[in-house]
Amino acid sequence: MARVVVDVMLKPEILDPQGQAVANALPRLGVNDVASVRIGRRVEIDFAGDADLERAREIADKLLANPVIEDYEIRVVEAA
Amino acid sequence: MSKIGVVTFPGSLDDGDAARAARISGAEVVRLWHADPDLHGVDAVVLPGGFSYGDYLRCGAIARFAPVMETIADAARGGMPVLGICNGFQILCEAHLLPGALTRNQHLHFRNRDQWLRMENSSTAWTNHFAEGQEILIPVKNGEGCYVADERTLDELEANGQIVARYVRGNPNGSTRDIAAIRNEAGNVLGIMPHPEHAVEALTGPSLDGLGFFSSVLKHLADAKAAA
Repeated sequence: MARVVVDVMLKPEILDPQGQAVANALPRLGVNDVASVRIGRRVEIDFAGDADLERAREIADKLLANPVIEDYEIRVVEAA
Repeated sequence: MSKIGVVTFPGSLDDGDAARAARISGAEVVRLWHADPDLHGVDAVVLPGGFSYGDYLRCGAIARFAPVMETIADAARGGMPVLGICNGFQILCEAHLLPGALTRNQHLHFRNRDQWLRMENSSTAWTNHFAEGQEILIPVKNGEGCYVADERTLDELEANGQIVARYVRGNPNGSTRDIAAIRNEAGNVLGIMPHPEHAVEALTGPSLDGLGFFSSVLKHLADAKAAA
């Protein structure tokens, strides 16, 4: 099996209230040196045969990421 | 009698209320099913609120690929009136029938309250009943209703009169430029975050202001038939 990982992140200019909420909670853990936290989504796609980067890119473009608000990075990894 | 189709996706919540609102307004209602691409001869379509497909991935992202949506997208491009309410608005954005996107409320809280809106554009199939500048009161209830788009798109929306309603007396979700509803360039497709279908009867709604959206589309359809 071959795995492709797609990391989807909100674009830098889009406010990430989830990340802000986490950042705001950090002082309660005694952590005071974090400037910002942003939260994204990691998607693992396991192909039955060889890793198909083009196909994975198509999946990411059409479904996994919304290009209006999100960017993504895509890479092949060794499946466990 | 004009036929208004109301789509049910797995996870739709407000399809029953949307159908009821259309019926009260004098339309014949046809219930449409997400897996059936046939629109069964309807003259207009409502995409209701709720959590289609569990809102997995992003709100509306999976509903966009439902068989019924491909037919609706084609019909919308051909001029059929389509109203997306709440989750329906999110689906219209995901389907690129409307620009921009709806994101998590800035304060992260779900907001459920009666909300004042200022109507800013009467040149749509769904809002010709309203006077520009008129304020209306309808319920809002969403967790991901914060409208975002890049500055250029926002400026274009403003310049083209595509911002149809704005929140007044408080913005419930941090929506950019207080946007509550937008239309496409042609004016047949309208996305609105608050819920007109919940404001059609004195017993259950804060006003009857929601009826205006449905009577608008019936007038629009009647005018189109008279002109044909």
